[in-house]
Amino acid sequence: MSKQQIDVIELACERDERELFSAVSFCLQAGEVLQVAGPNGAGKTSLLRILAGLMPATAGDIHFAKKSILAGSGREHWRRNLLYIGHAPAVKAALTAEENLSWLCALTQPVGREVIWQALGQVGLRGFEDVPCRQLSAGQQRRVALARLYLPGAPIWILDEPFTALDQAGVLTLEQHIMAFAASGGRVVLTTHHSLAHVAGVRRLELGRVS
Amino acid sequence: MSWTFFHKLGSPKWFYGISGKLLPWLTVASVLLLAVGCVWGLVFAPEDYQQGNSFRIIYIHVPAAILAQSCYMMLAAAGIVGLVWRMKLADVALQCAAPIGAWMTFVALITGSIWGKPTWGTYWEWDARLTSMLILLFLYFGIIALRMAISNRDTAAKATAVMAIVGVVNIPIIKYSVDWWNTLHQPATFTVTEKPAMPAEMWLPLLVMVLAFYGLFALNLLLRMRLEVLRREHKARWVREILEKSA
Amino acid sequence: MRQIIWLLFQREWQLAWRRPGDLLNPLIFFAIVITLFPLAVGPEPQLLQRMASGIIWVAALLATLLSLDGLFRSDFEDGSLEQWVLSPHPLTLLVLVKVLHHWLMCGLLLVLLAPVLGLMLALPWSVMPTLCITLLLGTAVLSLLGAIGAALTVGLKGSGSMLLALLILPLYIPVLILGTGAMDAALQGLPVLGYLLWLGCLALLALSLAPLAIAAGLRISVSE
Repeated sequence: MSKQQIDVIELACERDERELFSAVSFCLQAGEVLQVAGPNGAGKTSLLRILAGLMPATAGDIHFAKKSILAGSGREHWRRNLLYIGHAPAVKAALTAEENLSWLCALTQPVGREVIWQALGQVGLRGFEDVPCRQLSAGQQRRVALARLYLPGAPIWILDEPFTALDQAGVLTLEQHIMAFAASGGRVVLTTHHSLAHVAGVRRLELGRVS
Repeated sequence: MSWTFFHKLGSPKWFYGISGKLLPWLTVASVLLLAVGCVWGLVFAPEDYQQGNSFRIIYIHVPAAILAQSCYMMLAAAGIVGLVWRMKLADVALQCAAPIGAWMTFVALITGSIWGKPTWGTYWEWDARLTSMLILLFLYFGIIALRMAISNRDTAAKATAVMAIVGVVNIPIIKYSVDWWNTLHQPATFTVTEKPAMPAEMWLPLLVMVLAFYGLFALNLLLRMRLEVLRREHKARWVREILEKSA
Repeated sequence: MRQIIWLLFQREWQLAWRRPGDLLNPLIFFAIVITLFPLAVGPEPQLLQRMASGIIWVAALLATLLSLDGLFRSDFEDGSLEQWVLSPHPLTLLVLVKVLHHWLMCGLLLVLLAPVLGLMLALPWSVMPTLCITLLLGTAVLSLLGAIGAALTVGLKGSGSMLLALLILPLYIPVLILGTGAMDAALQGLPVLGYLLWLGCLALLALSLAPLAIAAGLRISVSE
């Protein structure tokens, strides 16, 4: 696991002829949490999407375990190790929490019903397993998506604004869960407007021009 | 050797330089060909024994139709190059060639229907070739509309490339089905474009005109591409130098 | 592999049954369009019979097209497509299952409704088998081709459905010609097997190539 380090090399992103960021380089070891920070429009979401492999970068490369993740077997390997939760939580309103979760897991690795119920219990949705998600509040829907973090699986998380719509208790639990995950050797890249200053051991990456 | 050439082609600056050197030659060649072809075809070529002088419209109609089809092939080729090798210039070519192709299709349709009046006695006949041309025009419109609808340039480039490739796979199927539909509904029509034996005095000027149209197409495409390259690279230093020199 | 296909099929099934409107609306549209024609051209049975196959095919084409507009939209908007793209499973396979499910729902319902509407357009019973089989094969091609357009236009707000029609309708022409050709042959009592084989060929071709284009289109739309 320690050999599998993530190297981001001179990454640049341009959208509609506007440069969002350039020459972004960092490396991420097992056990590290990186918060991508910056003002609105600095390219935080774009960086995360490029990192996940959803969007092409204008320049630069990303290596995982010494292989580029942008093509070929490196990409395959990267996807098997990755969990990405974006702005849109990929929760279908017509399906129940359990159905949603079981399908999202099946996309990588199918898991059993008990495991899913347990994960839903851990995000505070016990008793809501069979409720269609359209009847849940925004915060509860976010929790359905976040329940994926409580399932066994990928050692790398990329989370775009995971704290949105969560109540204070939810934020606290999630912070603790992320740190526990890192302590067990996981890696997390996340964006949030919520301050993580009080959490020890979170690296920060500032995007956006210094004015 | 051939590969370095290929990679150089990806560099806008190199393209701008080489196309600038090519332009005068291309202009002279296509104007010359056009003049020769027009005079030869419209004045010296013999009259058709059935259609009289009205057949002379083929010297516009046929080259435009040929170009309309090969331009679509070019779109698809540019699309493949752009998608596989991520060459930006291929996208510029695709974007600039689509309107020219649409115009050529339009010209072929208009001349075809003008030609139809003396031959069929009506401006529009659901002839297999004209119908296929009309469908080709719609395919061009689709590509242009898709490009205009997507605001992000890179996304638009890839989407139009995919659409062009899908279109090119479908064109033969569409063409054969329309031909077949035509024979089904109007057996043994008189198809003017399929003259079995055209004498050399008639088809030689046609050949010159086809070459002239290709030359004009290349000229038009290069001019459009140069403009687009300057627009896209307006931040680059070499573009600024060129603009300062010419100002 | 087999498991993911089954699970996806199950998910699509659940989604379809919880929103039956999406399933029925194209069908109602199909019926309404066909009703418009007798009102427009008059109810003489000879005229209607002459035009019936064309009317039914054009209506089926438009109904399929309209139903495809929303095929990927909700998955795009709620972020599901991002997860599909990132999944280690091949995206071509996932979209193929999704499109085939759409065809089984929409195409099959159209096929079931078509004979009833055919009767109203004075088509004789003898051509109904041809009508059903050509529609069944044809709608498969229509779904697969249309899904390419749906994938490319899914990210566009507002004008997406009009653009989808613009992109895809020209590609539908061969299916229309073959389908109506088969119907005309059947009406004249000629053999139709050749048409069916051609339609089958088109369906196989679309089945093997379209998923690649659909997946490419979705990747492009998601990457914006």
